[in-house]
Amino acid sequence: MMQRIKKMSDTNLLLTITIVVFILMYLCAVIFLGEGFRKPQAFLNQFNNNAYLIIIACGLSLVMITGGIDISVGGVIGLVSMTCAVNLDLKGGNIVTSMLIALGIGLAFGLVQGFLVAYLDIQPFIVTLAGMFFARGLTTIVHTNPINVKNSDFVKLRTTDVVIPGLGAENKRGVYIDATIEIGVVIALIIVLALFFMLRWSKTGRNFYAVGGNQQSALMLGINVRRTKFLSYVMCGLLAGIAGYVYFMHVGSGSPSHAQGAEMNAIASSIIGGTMLTGGVGNIIGTLFGVLSLSTIKDIVTSSGYDDPWWTGITVAAMLCIFLVIQSVIMAKKHAQGASDKKEKQAAPASS
Amino acid sequence: MQGETILKMRGICKFFPGVRALDGVDFSLCKGEIHALMGENGAGKSTLIKVLTGVYPKDGGEITLDDKVVSIRSPQDAQNAGISTVYQEITLCPNLSVAENMYIGREKDKLVKWKKRNNEADKLLQSLDIPARANQQLSSCSIAVQQMVAIARAVDMDCKVLILDEPTSSLDENEVAKLFRLMRDLKAKGVGIIFVTHFLDQVYEVCDKITVLRDGKLVGEYVIEDLPRVQLVSKMLGKDLDDMSDIKSEATEYSGEGAGQDVFQCTELCSNAGIKPFDFHIQKGEINGFTGLLGSGRSECVRAIFGADHVTGGTVRKYGKPVKITKPIDAMKNGIAYLPEDRKIDGIVADLSVRENIILALQVMKGFFKPFTKAQANKFADEYIKLLGIKTASADTPIKSLSGGNQQKCILARWLLTKPEYLILDEPTRGIDVGTKIDIQKLVLKLASEGMSVTFISSETDEMLRTCSRLIVMRDRKVVGELSGDELTQNMIMNTIAGGEQQQ
Ligand SMILES: Nc1ncnc2c1ncn2[C@@H]1O[C@H](COP(=O)(O)OP(=O)(O)O)[C@@H](O)[C@H]1O
Ligand SMILES: [Mg+2]
Repeated sequence: MMQRIKKMSDTNLLLTITIVVFILMYLCAVIFLGEGFRKPQAFLNQFNNNAYLIIIACGLSLVMITGGIDISVGGVIGLVSMTCAVNLDLKGGNIVTSMLIALGIGLAFGLVQGFLVAYLDIQPFIVTLAGMFFARGLTTIVHTNPINVKNSDFVKLRTTDVVIPGLGAENKRGVYIDATIEIGVVIALIIVLALFFMLRWSKTGRNFYAVGGNQQSALMLGINVRRTKFLSYVMCGLLAGIAGYVYFMHVGSGSPSHAQGAEMNAIASSIIGGTMLTGGVGNIIGTLFGVLSLSTIKDIVTSSGYDDPWWTGITVAAMLCIFLVIQSVIMAKKHAQGASDKKEKQAAPASS
Repeated sequence: MQGETILKMRGICKFFPGVRALDGVDFSLCKGEIHALMGENGAGKSTLIKVLTGVYPKDGGEITLDDKVVSIRSPQDAQNAGISTVYQEITLCPNLSVAENMYIGREKDKLVKWKKRNNEADKLLQSLDIPARANQQLSSCSIAVQQMVAIARAVDMDCKVLILDEPTSSLDENEVAKLFRLMRDLKAKGVGIIFVTHFLDQVYEVCDKITVLRDGKLVGEYVIEDLPRVQLVSKMLGKDLDDMSDIKSEATEYSGEGAGQDVFQCTELCSNAGIKPFDFHIQKGEINGFTGLLGSGRSECVRAIFGADHVTGGTVRKYGKPVKITKPIDAMKNGIAYLPEDRKIDGIVADLSVRENIILALQVMKGFFKPFTKAQANKFADEYIKLLGIKTASADTPIKSLSGGNQQKCILARWLLTKPEYLILDEPTRGIDVGTKIDIQKLVLKLASEGMSVTFISSETDEMLRTCSRLIVMRDRKVVGELSGDELTQNMIMNTIAGGEQQQ
């Protein structure tokens, strides 16, 4: 067992831990809490409710793999949904203009923050903290009060569901109801797959890992470190824009209080998914499972009768701690073993 | 096989805050030659290489490659221009696999073909006899293997110029031999190689030409046949040769109060580090030393005396009175100072300034809640920077930016500042250049002549012979003999280590 663990790269090891824990957790929920978790639709709802979170968690994973952080994503989501709502209902825009606005906002945040971090060497935490305040402030300037969007094209778009054949179930009256997912979920899953392939097989993706592993070494290995870091923030910003639109489709409204604290949930998911804050280690599939674990644990807490918000907060905190402890214990064990191996190897020729 | 000049650097300047690391240095490299770049620690060799490869921007000068002036702004540019480099510090990514570290940053394809890459990497590793697998994570390899991987990466590149900055410091003899074979092959193919090392043997084994730097300035370029070793050393040091010969006979013996009296006396001392109980004594103004093979327990003995390991038995007397030493702080309060073997682990606090590193031990003895005033601290630091000739921009410079020899002097200063009666130096000269070595040896003799007792441990026996008046010989964690006076010869030491017991 230990032998197998030692052979795995840090990234794969953490990914395995995440998936195993998620499966165990969901199984427990199905067995002990029954009803709410047993139907396939219940599982699909985890995706429906968290598609936007999956997308920003992916963006954060990219940035965290290169050794940075971006806490402006929640603010960007709020700004995007408010601006799109204003555009659709008050300014007579259509679906296409609102989508372009969403992408534009995300891209703009990514470009500016990326430039400040990568080319002017300012601390990413500070830059994106400023970005967060800026986005939140701007949201209120765009419009102060919540808007429920009534644009008919948009309402049609957001209520369009994708039917998953074969997973439906009968309700209490015996009527068969299809299992469905929202369009946002499809977008999120496409993004997950695309990023997974990028991180695994593209040169750019591998450069992300190198820069996060050791920035100075990456430079000396001939990698354009600044461009790589810049790219990670641009992608994260763009993903935040997309996530903003997905969130907007899910809730169908704009409000200054939308997606409060989403960035923290995204960071937590990414960490649970095996991304290390120190950089160089992480996996997009892990991030997906991180989001699912986080939302499942919240559901478990609520459906066990503790539906006050502080209980979910405390549980998430506990879960994060447990994950971090498991991760660091296993990593320490793995690396300690590696080190003792080395010593033996070095000692052998010396004694002969 | 030597051809036209491929690389020419003219009037290169590089300044760091307060330091002229390079000051108008010229360097040229021909096709198919191995060119040694020599100089003491801190002479500017690594800086020259980093300027050449675009890690640091240069503050002046011109670089021509193949007769064309080039501007190299990043290591990436350097690679594209056909310069491949193994830097002094290992510059690989610990979180990536061995294969990735060998190919990342120099591939043309947009997509990574893992199978093909791993196969190629495995082939390369095999052909160079490197004990690592392509898909192994780099951090699980030993430092020596990591260094070999860096070398493999560099030699696999299709390059015109290969730069090796002290690649041999963590390699064993076999690995060095392999490297030399590789270098000769590349030389035959017309690659120009810049080789930095401070092992003189290695220079005379493979190199064709030598360029010597000193204090950031060019001393000269020489063909190897024209420059015998002694002259090379004196060129590097900028000192005349007789400076280095017999320093012991010049030193005067201590003859003040209490001369010839035992300062410390240990009986049946042993610790949990696995040494046999041993007896030990040292007189005022005496320099003695522990010698023996690596791992024979030399360091463990002095660690027991200092209380750095857990002492499990025996008694210690100071001037005949029993004292209890169980922790380093007890030893410090009894006037013992100990310069540990591994300064990276036990010694320097890398991010603190030179001044703070120097006053650290005295501060510990005084207690952390009674800090020295700024003026006091400055006075101490300046005094010892001058006394030991520490090369630093100022007392505020972080110690990590000093060269190894100067870091060592700072730690020495730290202990001297506590005015110890008994100073223990464990490998004080390892990994530092010849000049600083001699400085430290001279200093030790001077301190002893002023009445300090010193125990000196070194792997280089000639260094011990030059400084010590009594040697304690160890084998298998046991004291097996003591040599003094006429017995102090290389032969006697060897005999005693090898099994002198029968002869006694
Ligand atoms: N990054 C840096 N910042 C400040 N000073 C430096 C830096 N790198 C090197 N130096 C200084 O430049 C001088 C030359 O150092 P270096 O080139 O590393 O010497 P060598 O490789 O010959 O031992 C030293 O005095 C060193 O302290
Ligand atoms: Mg150097």
